[in-house]
Amino acid sequence: MATFSTNQFRPGLKILLDGDPYSIVENEMVKPGKGQAFNRVRVRNLKTGRVIDKTFKSGDTVEAADVIEIEMQYLYTDGEKWYFMNPSTYEQVETDEAGVGDAGQWLKEQDPCSVTLWNGLPITVTAQAFVELKIVQTDPGVRGDTSSGGTKPATLETGAVVKVPLFVQEGEVIRVDTRIGEYISRVGK
Amino acid sequence: MASSPSTVPAWQPTASLENLRRRAALAAEIRRFFAERGVLEVETPQLGAATVPDLHLASLEVRLDAPGLAPTAKFYLQTSPELAMKRLLAAGSGPIFQLCKAYRNGEAGARHNPEFTLLEWYRPGFDHHQLMDEMSELLGRTLGAPPAERQSYRELFLGRLGLDPLEAGREELSAALTAAEVPEPAGLDRDGALQLLLACALEPGLGWQRPYFLYDFPPSQAALARIDPGPPPVAQRFEVYVRGLELANGFHELADPLEQRRRFEADLEARARSGLPRVALDQAFLAALEAGLPACSGVALGFDRLVMLATGARSIDEVLSFPIERA
Repeated sequence: MATFSTNQFRPGLKILLDGDPYSIVENEMVKPGKGQAFNRVRVRNLKTGRVIDKTFKSGDTVEAADVIEIEMQYLYTDGEKWYFMNPSTYEQVETDEAGVGDAGQWLKEQDPCSVTLWNGLPITVTAQAFVELKIVQTDPGVRGDTSSGGTKPATLETGAVVKVPLFVQEGEVIRVDTRIGEYISRVGK
Repeated sequence: MASSPSTVPAWQPTASLENLRRRAALAAEIRRFFAERGVLEVETPQLGAATVPDLHLASLEVRLDAPGLAPTAKFYLQTSPELAMKRLLAAGSGPIFQLCKAYRNGEAGARHNPEFTLLEWYRPGFDHHQLMDEMSELLGRTLGAPPAERQSYRELFLGRLGLDPLEAGREELSAALTAAEVPEPAGLDRDGALQLLLACALEPGLGWQRPYFLYDFPPSQAALARIDPGPPPVAQRFEVYVRGLELANGFHELADPLEQRRRFEADLEARARSGLPRVALDQAFLAALEAGLPACSGVALGFDRLVMLATGARSIDEVLSFPIERA
């Protein structure tokens, strides 16, 4: 089992804490005038995204987490599992609703996405920052209706619901920023 | 505004020339300060045949080949000039100071470089309070700081955390760490918990109005300080904080050769328990104590940190010509 000493800590290093994979965000050595030195470390849980602070005695070692992030192609979902393929090896991996998380609402079959693998299994999926998706349902815009701030909800082909301007119609393709879940523009035909 | 070190081409110094001039001016001021007081400037070896066995100091080893030495003789780059300077004191040097490089393996960060500069001085006949008086004057001269405030270790912990550091149980220290939102590492002993509280929960708030001197530490953290039997017994040790930065550590120096040998041997045992390399004990230093170290106090001040305070630098790299990444 690979281990890292606190002297090897740097941002981005993947370590195992209490059985979960974490990525180091910040690492600072603190040392009193005499006595034990410490590393105060901010780490992000790669499964939940939660950021927490930890303290280590300098010189302590922790287990390395076998974590890699690779570009994969989203294949399909059977409603229970989500299937992805490594386009260079054709190897397939699967994950569940929890593993795919928020990214699921933006994934269209064949789309590329970024998958974080821990011990070879997906723990998080990140959709591309910008995706183009078709509107499958939205009410016709009513001219002069400003009660909703000039927007209306639209359901996309992947099931996601975003706010779109009143002039955007059912059947149109729009560009969405998946990081904030917002409409950017219509995509010209 | 100096550009940040990361944007400077790799061959260039990370300190601005302005900071290097300030650094030189501070060194000159320190030499004038001690010359006026009749404190002798000395130099002692940076390569020593022995080193301190302190559990938390890692000495760098160097192999030497030279006429008169055993083949590939082992030497240690000194973590401070303390032991050699005490040999000079025992030889009758009177008050002495030194501005020199010191080396500590494993220490790097915003406030640490493995190779750094110490100002260390010793005052025969002074107790730690008299030495704190002189430290306060030095900080006035070099930083323009107002006279220091002083508080005992016990008063600080009682006042800020509501716990008595000499009496509190281990669980009480854990509760204080939790309350201060400082997560605790596994396997932390009682002194480690006190040190973590001091370094993370207390130190950042110390010395903002005026330099802050913290004195009379728990006897378990005496290092090379005398122990006042009390009650309660306390180690006659002090630390100096300015604007949240730990700047210096001083002792009313332990002069008892038997007690010194006992502490060194306890350190060696602790090193062995922790799987750390055994180090050679400094027999010349112990012999000097047996011959008689005059009653004295001594203090080591991180000179790079003094320059940081004088220039407003946030990182030690801003006051070093070439930190370890560029050495």
